[in-house]
Amino acid sequence: MNDFFQVFGLERRLGIDAAALQRRFYELSRQWHPDFHQTAPPAEQARALEASARVNAAYRALRDPLARVEYLVRLEEGRDTKEGAAVKPQAPPELLAEMFEIQEALEAVRAEAEAGNLAAAAGASLAAQRQALVDRQADTEARIVGPLSRAWDTAAADARPAALAALRQALATRAYLRTVIDDLGAALGEGHEEEHVAHRRD
Amino acid sequence: MSRIVGIDLGTTNSLVAYVDDRTGLPVVIPDAQGRRLLPSVVAFTPDGILVGEAARRQLARRPADTVYSVKRLMGRGWEDVKAELRYLPFRVVPGDGVVKLAVGGREVTPPEVSASVLKALKERAEAHFGEPIDQAVVTVPAYFNDSQRQATKDAGRIAGLDVVRIVNEPTAASLAYGLHRLGQGVIAVYDLGGGTFDISVLRVKDGIFEVLATHGDTHLGGDDFDRVLVLWLLEDVQARHHAELDRDCVDLARDNEAMQELRLAAEAAKIRLSSEERTTLTIPFAGFTYRRDITRADVERLIEPLVTKTLGPCRQALADAGLAPADIDQVVLVGGSTRVPLVRRRVQALFGRAPHSQLDPDEVVALGAAVQAGILAGGITDMLLLDVTPLSLGIETLGGIVSVLIARNTTIPTSAREMFTTSVDGQTVVDMHVVQGERELAKDNRSLARFELRGIDPMPAGMPKIEVTFLIDANGILQVHAKEQRTGKAASIEVKPTYGLSEADVERMVEESFTYAEADVETRLLIETRNEADTVLTHVDRALRQAGPLLGAGERQAIEAAAAALREARAGEDRDRIRERTTDLNRATEHLAEAMMDAALRGALGTRRADELMTPGGTRGDLPSSSG
Repeated sequence: MNDFFQVFGLERRLGIDAAALQRRFYELSRQWHPDFHQTAPPAEQARALEASARVNAAYRALRDPLARVEYLVRLEEGRDTKEGAAVKPQAPPELLAEMFEIQEALEAVRAEAEAGNLAAAAGASLAAQRQALVDRQADTEARIVGPLSRAWDTAAADARPAALAALRQALATRAYLRTVIDDLGAALGEGHEEEHVAHRRD
Repeated sequence: MSRIVGIDLGTTNSLVAYVDDRTGLPVVIPDAQGRRLLPSVVAFTPDGILVGEAARRQLARRPADTVYSVKRLMGRGWEDVKAELRYLPFRVVPGDGVVKLAVGGREVTPPEVSASVLKALKERAEAHFGEPIDQAVVTVPAYFNDSQRQATKDAGRIAGLDVVRIVNEPTAASLAYGLHRLGQGVIAVYDLGGGTFDISVLRVKDGIFEVLATHGDTHLGGDDFDRVLVLWLLEDVQARHHAELDRDCVDLARDNEAMQELRLAAEAAKIRLSSEERTTLTIPFAGFTYRRDITRADVERLIEPLVTKTLGPCRQALADAGLAPADIDQVVLVGGSTRVPLVRRRVQALFGRAPHSQLDPDEVVALGAAVQAGILAGGITDMLLLDVTPLSLGIETLGGIVSVLIARNTTIPTSAREMFTTSVDGQTVVDMHVVQGERELAKDNRSLARFELRGIDPMPAGMPKIEVTFLIDANGILQVHAKEQRTGKAASIEVKPTYGLSEADVERMVEESFTYAEADVETRLLIETRNEADTVLTHVDRALRQAGPLLGAGERQAIEAAAAALREARAGEDRDRIRERTTDLNRATEHLAEAMMDAALRGALGTRRADELMTPGGTRGDLPSSSG
């Protein structure tokens, strides 16, 4: 079966022109959408349905630069099945000590909150830490879709494994940061369910 | 290629439309009397089934056997609906998964009731074209889940219609606007109907209608506006008329007929207050007439929390589409409830721009359904709708946690594959529980079905590899296929829909739909004529009780004689005779009516004529109504 890059006639590169991708998506939709095969024989209808589903999945995986990186990592590692978490969350090594402190503070605040007396000062400190992590996550994402993606696109064949490893590492950091940010948010009473779920699966 | 019609199966009203070959434009098909909306009301009478206006007219008189707003029960289970049942005058009972309605001496399911409405529209179209119609595009709220969509398809089958496509109402509306070159760029469709709310955000470009995100509430609409209004009025009636109510030992809240009168009057007042600032409500109850002024501000205060409830889904849809309100180029209003000024103000405030409503909000969905029918029939080739699935689809895993396979707002058709294996040596059956929703725990989501993979060859645990493909088709309905990977042979799957009808159920209902046919034309006219007679008789009885002192003895005798003559005619089957006697009785009460009107204007009494004008269920002057 064609991979999602091949569905769009593209090389396995992360730099994709969004407008061109959308144009091609519309063309393929016109070609395969079941609406235009309603009067065809059943076998042809089934083929159109499958092709159309494939086109839609491919567009979804490729249109967003971050989702595209996640897909590429899955594809390169031979895990081209379902959408979802590509990598296990992993604490960024340079932040291990800091993360440990945050986790401890988090536990303390949770215990306090359960006892029904969340100290304002502890809350403010946690909020500041959370903001720092949010900023760091934005940096990580910028790094993934920026320099790390370009490094993959320009890497010679023998440099590709290293470029891929760097992408995977950054994705793991991002996934980890997201979990901690969500936990902090929940502890601070910002736990917004819809938002949480949206994060979980984008 | 046979003709495909487009049907808007609404909570309150339904319509059928088609694309005119000559003009290429969609048009609504009216009935023989030129009426375009068919009230989605079905009455189960001893003489047969009544659908539409005829059924609506007897809502207040036969509340227990007259079903309205059945769309709110489609594809739902007992637990979903039991809280609101006390507001419904007909009896709803738990069934096997689906709920059932105990009406007219038998039990029917919501798809069967909807099938009666679809059948009436099918007949309307057949009368218009002079040929059989057996294919239709039917619209549903965008936020309808799999069970609700499947129930709608089942309703079509029971009505003898092949539902070739289920289309989401807001996206259908966008097609109608698009055809008129009115909706371009990024548009938000705000669709508030009789029972459901949807918000859809689309990008319209080069004839492609790409839905970016959708959200909604399948239990929020004009019906809920009516409900808060009714509860408020009920308190007021009880406060003002407790003397009469106590005297007659009447518990108004438990009096089905009185509650229906109240509901219909509240609905009519709500509709009037969309164009007027103030209106007078006059409701004739047994023993007294309730009368009060009500202002638009009163209604707005009551419905404000409900209108606010629509804004959350709007923000979520925008967030899911990755857009801010300022990114929206146009806002389109759909559904009868968007006529409410407060709704318009709120929508305008949220999006920061005046919404469009050039196309009739009651008709635009049916017009769009007709356009989609034209696309499927091959007549329209320059437009294509790319819709999304409104809810995430997942399977229950260990510990009751949901593993999402297809995220909400994924363009459909779409598919996901998942590998399954066994956990015990020699296991030959694997269970899967498929759910829809956004919560992390399976029990908090909508259970769609349990699938059983069977006939797995006995092997050590973990050895079998079964690839299951979950495909959401262009209707937003799930299809599941399984394949044993080693052998490549298809695995057998048994589906147990949680809230659906089985294949056998639907077959039986198709059969039964012929047994319990809709009353034939003659019978229908007879029932209507009798209903009209009943209405007049009820009003005259009430007027005699209330305004007896205004009459001379001779006049009273004349009225009683005319009433007796009508009763006698009504017992027979001669329609003309019933109609004549009805006219006679009306004539005999003209003076009484005038006298009562005078008295009413002096604030002393309600009158028969005022009753007729103010009672939406009355026989004269049909009031406009909101659509669903």
